[in-house]
Order: sequence, then C-alpha cells, then structure tokens
Amino acid sequence: MNTAPLLAVDGLGKAFDGLVANRDISFIVHHGEIIGLIGPNGAGKTTLFNCLAGFHTPTTGRIAFEGQDITGSTPEAAAALGIARTFQIVRVFQSMTALENVMVGAMLRNKRVAEARERAEDELAFVGLSHRADTPASDLTVSEQKRLEVARALATEPKLILLDEVMAGLNPTEVREASALVHRIHQRGIASIIVEHVMEGIMPIAHRMLVLDYGAKIADGTPAEIAENPAVIAAYLGE
Amino acid sequence: MTTGINISRKGVGTAALLALAAVLPLAVTEPSQQNFLILILMGAQMGVAWNIVGGYAGQVSLGHAVFYGIGAYTSTMLLLTLGLTPWIGALAGGLVAAAFALAMGWPCFRLKGHYFAMATIAVAEIMQILVTNSDALEGAVGLYLPMDQSGWGVLIFLSKLPYYYVILGLLVLTVLVSWAIERSHIGYYFRAIKDEPEAARALGVSLTRYKLIALTVSAFLTAMGGSFYAQKEMFIDPGSVFATTISIKIALIAILGGVGRLMGPVLGAVILITIEEYSRTLFGSTGSGTDMIIYAAMIILVAVFSPSGVLGLLGDLRRHLPGAKPAEVKTSAKEARP
Amino acid sequence: MTADILFQVLVSGLLIGLIYALVAVGLTLIFGVMDIVNFAHGEFLMLGMYASFWAFALFAIDPIVALPLTALLLFGVGVIVYQTVIRRILKAPMLSQIFATFGLMILLRGLAQFFWKPDHRLIPHSLVSGNVAFGPVQFGLPQFVAALGAVGVTGALWMFLHRTRLGTALEATAIDREAATLMGIDGQKMFALAWGIGAACAGLAGGLIATFFPIFPEVGSNFILIAFVVVVLGGFGSVTGAFLAGIIVGLIEVLGGFLVGPEYKTAIVLSLLLIVLLVRPRGLLGKA
Repeated sequence: MNTAPLLAVDGLGKAFDGLVANRDISFIVHHGEIIGLIGPNGAGKTTLFNCLAGFHTPTTGRIAFEGQDITGSTPEAAAALGIARTFQIVRVFQSMTALENVMVGAMLRNKRVAEARERAEDELAFVGLSHRADTPASDLTVSEQKRLEVARALATEPKLILLDEVMAGLNPTEVREASALVHRIHQRGIASIIVEHVMEGIMPIAHRMLVLDYGAKIADGTPAEIAENPAVIAAYLGE
Repeated sequence: MTTGINISRKGVGTAALLALAAVLPLAVTEPSQQNFLILILMGAQMGVAWNIVGGYAGQVSLGHAVFYGIGAYTSTMLLLTLGLTPWIGALAGGLVAAAFALAMGWPCFRLKGHYFAMATIAVAEIMQILVTNSDALEGAVGLYLPMDQSGWGVLIFLSKLPYYYVILGLLVLTVLVSWAIERSHIGYYFRAIKDEPEAARALGVSLTRYKLIALTVSAFLTAMGGSFYAQKEMFIDPGSVFATTISIKIALIAILGGVGRLMGPVLGAVILITIEEYSRTLFGSTGSGTDMIIYAAMIILVAVFSPSGVLGLLGDLRRHLPGAKPAEVKTSAKEARP
Repeated sequence: MTADILFQVLVSGLLIGLIYALVAVGLTLIFGVMDIVNFAHGEFLMLGMYASFWAFALFAIDPIVALPLTALLLFGVGVIVYQTVIRRILKAPMLSQIFATFGLMILLRGLAQFFWKPDHRLIPHSLVSGNVAFGPVQFGLPQFVAALGAVGVTGALWMFLHRTRLGTALEATAIDREAATLMGIDGQKMFALAWGIGAACAGLAGGLIATFFPIFPEVGSNFILIAFVVVVLGGFGSVTGAFLAGIIVGLIEVLGGFLVGPEYKTAIVLSLLLIVLLVRPRGLLGKA
C-alpha cells in the first residue's frame, strides 16, 4: 500500500472575483477514512468539494492525491484518478433509467456496455435501488435520486468519494440507512468526505470531523473533540 | 432476455421497412414520384446524421450546411479537376468535413445552447460568402458536373432509379452508424452530456472529446449526403448547398420526427418532404407564399405542442390509450429477465 | 485613402450602425427578459416597413408621420405573438424555442408574400429625400433622419427603462429574472411587454428605413444576423450595450467593406460575432 496519505490538502484557498470562499485550508485524509465536513451555511464546504473534484482551480495551495499533485486538474482527470462525488442539488441523467445512470459511471473503468451493466446492477443493489433499476431517473423520489448519485459515483471505482448532503431532507429511518450505507462504503476500503448538516447522521460514523467557518478551517478532530471545541460551538451559536 | 426480444422486434420492423424501401420503386415508376422518394431519403439521411450531434449529444448545430456544402464541393471539384470517381470523392469530402468539424468544434464547444447555435450559423454563413467569392470554385456561378458521362463510375445516371438505390444505401449506412453509436458507451456518454454535463464530467466523461466525436461523425455523414446532392442535381452553387435554410431544414427534420431517436429523423423526413412537395405542387411555388405558410404553421405547431417530435407524440398517445400501461410492461420485462 | 473618404465612410457606418442598434435593442430586451432568441425579429422590421408603405399608398401618410401608428401596430403584433405562441414555449427545450420563432419568421414572410406579393416596393417622394452635405461629407437625408430617429427611439427606451416604474421592473427582469420575481414583479406581464416593445422598436426601425430601403417580404433577412451580432457584442439583455455595439458593428461593416471589399462585409461582421463569442461571451456590457 502507498505510504503517502490518500489526500493531502495544503494551504488551499479559493477566491471568486475577490470574494474569498476558502482560505488556507490544510488537512489529510487516509485510505478508507470517513471524514465529516461541517460548518455554517456559506462556510465554503461546497467550494472545497469543487476544488477537490477538479471543478474549481484553487487560487492558492496544493492538492495531492496519493502523493501526486492534482491541483487544478479537470473533473474528468480527478474521476479517472479515483475521486468521485455527488451533487448537493441532484444531477441525475433525466432521460435515462436508474440503471443507465449508474452504467455511465461504470463505463469509466469498462467501456463494454454489457459489463458496465453488470457492474451497475451490483452498485444499484449496494444502495438498495435494484427494484427501481428500469425506472426513469426523473421518476425517482429525491432521496432515491441521492442514492442513485452515490451508486453512480461508486461505479467509477473511486478511492475517495465526496458526498454532498446526502442525508438532507431524510426522515430518521432514512438517515440511519444512509449512515449504514456510508459505513458499508468504508468497509469497501473507500474513503469518504461527507458534507452534512444532519449531525445525528454524521457524528456516529465519522472518524474525524473538519469544521469550516468563513472559508477557513477552525477545527479538525474526532467527533467527541469537535463537540466540545469552543470555536466550533461559537461558530454554530453565532449563526 | 426481454430486451433481446424488444431489439429483435425493432429489428424485424426495420428489416421490413428496408425491404419495403427496396421494392418501392417497382411500384412507383413515374420519374417525378421516384424523385420525390429520393428527396425523402436525402432528407432522412441528413436528419439521421444531424441527430448524432444535435439529438443524442444535444449540441444544436444550425450550421450543418457547411458540412453539406464541403461534401458537395469536394467531390465535385475532385471529379472536375482530377477525374476522381465520386465514390472516393464522397469519402474525401467526408474527411475534409470531419477535419473542418474538428477545427470548428474545438473553439465553438466552449459555448453552450444558444451561443453554440449562433456560432454554427455564423460559421456556415461565412463559408457561404467565402465560396461565393472564390474564383477557384467558380463563385456564385456554381459548378456543373460533366453532362457527357454516365454510369456507376462517375455516379451520374440518366434515370432516377440508380440514384434511389445509392441514397438508400447511404441512408442505411448512416442509420447503422447512428445505431452503433446509440448502443455503445459513446451513445450513453452523449446522452449524459446532453442531460447533465457537469455530472458527466464528474464521472470521467471528457465533454470536449465526446462532443467532437459527435460533431465529426455527423459532419462526415452530412458531407456524404452533400456529395450525393451534387451527383443527383449535376449542379451546385453556394446558395444551394451552403445556405442557412438548409441547416435549419436538416435540424427541423430531426426535431419533427423526434430528436435523439434512431428512426425519428426518417419519420420527420417523410412528413416534412411530403408536406413541402405537396404544398408546392398544390399551391405553386411561384411566390404565392402559401407553401411557406403551411410549412411555417407546421413548424410552430410541432414546436409548441410536441417538443419531443411526432415519435414523442405517438408515445404520449399510446400511454393515454385505455388499458395500455407501458411502465408496468417495462417492470414485468425486468422481472422476466433470467 | 484620404481623410475625406475615411470621414465619409465613418459617417455612413455611424448612420447604419444606429439603425442596427435600434433593431437590436428590441432583440436584446426580449432575450434579456426571457432567454429566447427571436429569429422573427427581422420580420417585425419587415411588417413595420409594410405598415409605412400602406399608410403611404392608401392614405398618403408619410412614413415619418406614420411612425407612432407603426409603433402601436407592431406593439400589438408583438403582444399577440407572445400570447399565441411564445407563452406556450417558455419552459420548452431550447430547440422548440428556436423553431417556434423560426417558424414565425417563415410564417410572417409567407403571409407578406401571400397578401402583398414578393415584389420590391419603394416609397417615392417621402418628406425626407435628397442629400445633405457637411463640407466634403455627403449622405442621404433619409439615412440621416432614420439615424436621428433611431437615436431618439433608443433614448426614449432608455428613459423608459430607467426612469419609469414599469420600465425599471422590465429592466430588472432583464438583468435578473429570479431576483425580479422575488421582488414581486409579474413575469408574464413583463414578458408580453418585452415582446410588445421589442416588436415596436423593430417596427420603428422598419418605418425609419422605409424611406430609402426597398420593401419586400424577405427584407428582414438583411438585418437579423447583424442584429444577433449586435446583441452578442453588446451583451445579451443590455440596451446600452446594444446601442454602442450597433454603432461599432455599423462602423466595422462599412470600414471592412471599404478596405476588404463590400462582398465580404457580412463575413467580417460574422467573424466579429465568432471572436466575441469565443473571447468575451458576455459581450461589452453584459453580465457575467
């Protein structure tokens, strides 16, 4: 196994037309780790995701993936290296069935349609959507579409998956299922960074939490440490 | 496998259609009517070719006449100057058009939606002006194919029938290419790019690469259609092959039948060319405007009432028929899979 | 090239550019308000020309005098087009929108041909005719009056958009539709208004050039591509941008035609469109 950490972010900053969304963020993610990424609205969580997944080019700082510098790479290059993501506002392929959506993900590693289909069926089963395989993606409920995005991302065989608010709007039972899903992703050896507002969903499963406020990292530690961190409490109370 | 049965049922339908097309000229012997059938096949071929980039990949080109014209001019110039057979000339035209598509797509694909559509119009219009003012290409005068030769070598015929089978062959080739794309990973990627380009990128799909593939293949096939046009009309000028009206008609055929559906443009061509030709013969083409009014009314009606084209409309009708529930049929099909 | 000729060329460019600006402000307003490209915009201009022609031929009303009537008539046409066709395709795919307005373009041309024949018509002996000379520079009085009129109408539109409540609401919708809706502006009403004003501007342009330009059903095709270039260069939705861009495009067209050859002037303008699209897609004054 590679001795370099899976992901090393060093001094990352991102500004849009002078508006700073991320400033001087540094952290490390190890293989298979579950990282919770929290912070008040507008703290820069989605911007950070977009930088990691190649959708934004950071203004400052470096991103290294398995020791390789990927700062400013394209999303497709990031995906090829093994960084997968979901979107906060779901972006399923509306004209396709659920299965076909996942097939597009599987095709990153295997262009043969029949084999991509098999792979996609496995991933749909993994997120519990097998019964909806042939349903048009546009007919799925929002919570199903979120799981579909997870399956689609997993089908690209990532080493790191970025999950953007997959638990938002779910009822308590569904939140428990989602937590279990993240745990099963961990068991497959895939690291995940999870942006989440639903604390009862993220706190029990995260190995480590990162807290952003006003674009900067204000805390990095175990969920228990974070819960007692004065800066974090201040950030949330001050909201 | 149920999908297998579905495909083969589709296959049987296609084979039956092809057989019908092959024997149709035996029943339709009147040259003007054969010409009408040829026009339909030409329209279908252009529409199916456009559909690859405009339908599946969702990149609306309104400048496809540039490829059509490049095909027509390349094969004709090669025939006139080098005496090269149009069989090779059409391939050369396809290659030139494909190269042009790469050069034009590289910058233009940074644009989205309306912006891309406008850029394609501009490219085709500029090309038309350049050709109109080119002495080497006889400018506005146009090019005449040799009248003193005929036969399969020069692809010039005195009767309509050989043209019918040539364009039928080209249409079949175009549909086969389109079908192969639809079934391969490329077809899935095209639809992904059309639906959600950002999500497609997150799954490792290079937008530029696959849009360029779509445009290049489409340009190649469209250019071959242009070469055929030159062979059939034996005369081309910038207005007859580079005009924006041709670009619009190509797109319209696909939209009318149903974009992103394999046989949509074929249906679109049957409807559009029929209405176009009949309104012309019924009301005369000498400027009364009636043919234009009918043509325009039809375009507006399709745009307003059936954005998914006639095939989409038929699908909607089928869903609304009592007793028919395709969604359930689909589910049971899945369960029946071994 | 002497300074006199250059000056002459620049003045011609400026005069035609102001007309382009007037055609394009309507187009950019419609696009800005609802993201629909109106391919039938040149046909609004054509209808404006015919309105002037018939006012002159039937009632002996001079095109310049008939301008308010032309504007009113075309405002009505714009609103009717919106209510019958455009309203139904607001949420349709872009392809449907393109083809709806493209169909309108052919429909209006066909109707003009059907009722008024494809012949080229001219309005003889308008109030404004003959030439004006400023020192060595000469230009037609009709062109001059048309350009003045274009400035007046564009100025009036600008005042309307910036100095009246209704106009501000329209401008707000053009700049940011979502924000405008949040501010309680009635989108449907604004859309219809944009079509009415857009068509009226094109109709006024038609009325202004009817004194010196031949009138025929397909006359709009001479203006629509240029108008697109102006809209793109000025920035989609920006009236001020369209005004400046109209002048620039007029100057480049005439200057390019003078330097390279008149047969290439459209190609030069379209190349400008491509360059702007690729280098600065938001145009001169468009929002990012």
